[in-house]
Amino acid sequence: MALLDIPLPVFMGQLLIGLINGAFYAVLSLGLALIFGLLNIVNFAHGALYMVGAFVAFLLLDIMGIGYWPSLLLAPVIVGLFGMVIERLLLRPLADLDHLYGLLLTFGLALLLEGAFRHFYGVSGERYAIPDSLQGVFNLGFMFLPVYRAWVIVASLIVCIATWLLIEKTRLGATMRAAVENADLVRAFGVNVPLLVTVTYGFGVALAAFAGVLAAPIYSVNPLMGSNIIIVVFAIVVIGGLGSIKGAVISGFLLGLCEGLTRVFWPEASNIVIFVVMAVVLVVRPAGLFGKAA
Amino acid sequence: MKTMLLAGAATALVTPALAQDGGISDDTIKIGMNLDMSGPYSAIDGEGSVVAAQMAIDEMGGEIDGKKIELLTADHQNKADIGSNIARQWADQDKVDLVVGGANSGVGIALQEVTSEKGIAYINNGGASAALTNENCAPETGIHWTYDTDALANGTAVAMVKEGNDSWYFITADYAFGHKLEENAMDAVKANGGTVIGNVRAPFPTQDFSSFLLQAQGSGAKVIGLANAGTDTQNSVKQAQEFGIVQGGQALASLLLFITDVDALGLDAAQGLTLTTGFYWDQDEKAREWSAKFEEKHGGKPSMVHAGMYSSVLNYLKAVKETGTDDAKTVVAKLKEMPIEDAFARNGRVREDGLMVHDMFLAQVKKPEESEGKWDYYNIVSTIPGDDAFRSLEDGTCEAIKNN
Repeated sequence: MALLDIPLPVFMGQLLIGLINGAFYAVLSLGLALIFGLLNIVNFAHGALYMVGAFVAFLLLDIMGIGYWPSLLLAPVIVGLFGMVIERLLLRPLADLDHLYGLLLTFGLALLLEGAFRHFYGVSGERYAIPDSLQGVFNLGFMFLPVYRAWVIVASLIVCIATWLLIEKTRLGATMRAAVENADLVRAFGVNVPLLVTVTYGFGVALAAFAGVLAAPIYSVNPLMGSNIIIVVFAIVVIGGLGSIKGAVISGFLLGLCEGLTRVFWPEASNIVIFVVMAVVLVVRPAGLFGKAA
Repeated sequence: MKTMLLAGAATALVTPALAQDGGISDDTIKIGMNLDMSGPYSAIDGEGSVVAAQMAIDEMGGEIDGKKIELLTADHQNKADIGSNIARQWADQDKVDLVVGGANSGVGIALQEVTSEKGIAYINNGGASAALTNENCAPETGIHWTYDTDALANGTAVAMVKEGNDSWYFITADYAFGHKLEENAMDAVKANGGTVIGNVRAPFPTQDFSSFLLQAQGSGAKVIGLANAGTDTQNSVKQAQEFGIVQGGQALASLLLFITDVDALGLDAAQGLTLTTGFYWDQDEKAREWSAKFEEKHGGKPSMVHAGMYSSVLNYLKAVKETGTDDAKTVVAKLKEMPIEDAFARNGRVREDGLMVHDMFLAQVKKPEESEGKWDYYNIVSTIPGDDAFRSLEDGTCEAIKNN
C-alpha cells in the first residue's frame, strides 16, 4: 500500500509526529490568544517565557533536585508569578496607549531574557532527561511511538480543554469575557478588573512555561529555543483568528499536521508552509478561520 | 595614458599602508578576531577563542622585538555582511595585520575575500567548508586551519564503510555548509564501495527532527549520516535515541560533532557515536598540559576551534618573528615553510592552497560507565595522517595555484 510512493506506515507515523508538534503549537498559541483576546496585549515575550519555563525546570532539578512531575506544576506557577510582576510593573502603564508600545516592550523583554540566559548558560544547551516513568516506546505496528511523545499529546489536550472550559463555561471565565467587553460596567459590579487582568496575563504566561517544561526532555534546553518557535506560533494565532481560543487550539493541531506532511513531500519547504497557509487564510478570510469579522 | 594614470592613482589609494619594505607596520602587530560571540557557534568559538589567542600572545611575551601585539575582537553575528564590514574597517582604519576567526562558513568565505583584496593575512578557524581552499581560495593571504568538510567526511565515512556500514541515508542542514559536508561524505561513501540510499534536507535550524528521523528509519539504510552542526546535531541525536533508532540496529554518524555538543547531550544519548575531530584535549601529554591551562582561564575544556585558534595565532607570531615583518604575503609564505607542531597540531604543514594539513583523529564517544567525569568523553580509535584525512592537492580546484 502506498500513497504517492510513501508507504502507509511511514505516512501514518508522519501524521502522528505532526500531531505531537501540533500539541506544542496549540498550548503556546492558546496562551498567546488568551492574552491577546482578553487583554489586547501582543505578547512578543511568549517564546522567551517558554524558554524560561524549560530553564526553570532544569534549574529546579539541577539545584534543588526537584524532578519532572513537580516541575510540571511548579515551573508554570513560578513563571506565571513572574508574568504577573511584569504585567503590574511594565505593561499596566502602557494599557491605554497604542498596541505597538506593548509589542515593543514585550519584544525588548524577550531580548533581555534571552541575553541573560545566554550570558549565564551559553548557547550549547543543557540536558534534561525524560522521566523514568515515561521512558520506552509503544509499538503501534506502523511505528514506534515514544511514551513521552504520547504523553505530550495527552497533557496538551487536557490543558487546552480545561482552559477552554474555564473561559467558556465558568463564572470566572464569564467575568473575564465581560471585562473585555466593558471594563467599566464590570467594575461597577464590584469586580476587581485590574487584578483580573494581572491574573489572566499570569495564566497565559504559565501556559507558555508549561509548554517549555513539556519540551525540555525532547529538545535541547537552550536560550534560543523560544525565538525559533515564536514566529510560527504567531502565524498560527493569526490563522486561527486573533483572540479566538478555540481557533488557536484547533489551528495549532492542524498546522502541526500540515507541517508534518510537508516534511514528507517537500522537506525544504517545511519551515515556510505555515506562513504560506497564513497568507492564503488572510486573503480568503481576513479575520482568520475562527475569528469574528470586525 | 590618462586612464593609466588614473588607474595608477586608484591603485595607490586602495593599496593599504602596510609594511612594503619589511619591518612591522605602525610599530604594532594587530590581530583582529572576527568571532561568533553570541550565536549558535559561540560555545565552540566566542570567548574561549579570545582566551586561546591571548594564551598564544602571552607565550610570545606580548611583543615581538619590542613591537607590541594588540588584540581586537568583534562579533560577526553569523552574518557575512557584518563580518566583512568589520574586516574592511579593520583594514582601512585600524591597520590590522591579521584577521582570524570566521566560525560559520558563509562568514569565513566573505572574510577571505575582503582580506585578500586588502592584502592582509587571514586564518580561518571554525568555518568548515572546503570551498575556502578550493573555489574560494586565496592562497597568498588566506589559510584554513583547524578542519574542513573533506577531512570530517573522509574520517568518519571511510571508517564506518570499512566496518561494513555501507548503505547511507543523510539528514542534511539545508544551507551551504550542510550541502558541502553531504557532498564530501557521499563521495567518500561511494569511493569506498558504499551506497547512498537517500537524503533529506532539513531547514536550518530545525527543532524537531522526528519526522526526518522516521524517513531515515524507513529507508532501511545501515547508517544515518547527520550533515549538520550545533543544536541541530544535538536535537537529532537526542531524538534518534528517543525513537530507538540505534537500538533498532541502525548506526548514527555525526559528521561534525564538537565536545560541547557531547557535553550538552550527555553520554547516555551520545554514546557510541563515531566522529572525526582535529583535536581532543586528552589526545596526548602536550594537549593535556595546554588544555589544563586553558580550563583555568576559561572554565571548561577547549573545543577543537579553541585549540586551533591558539595554534594559528602562535604560529603566525612565530613567522612574524622569524621574518621580522608583518607583511601578509611574506608571513604566509613563511608559514608554508615552517613545520606546524604545537599543543594542537600533529605533523602539520600549510600547503600551497592555504590548507593546514595535519593529523586528524577518529574517535568514539564513551559509554557512561567508561567515563571518569566531565569532559572525559572520547576514545581515540585511530590517528588519520593528514595526507589521508584531507583532500589531495591534485584533487583541489584552487585556480590561483593551478595557474602557477
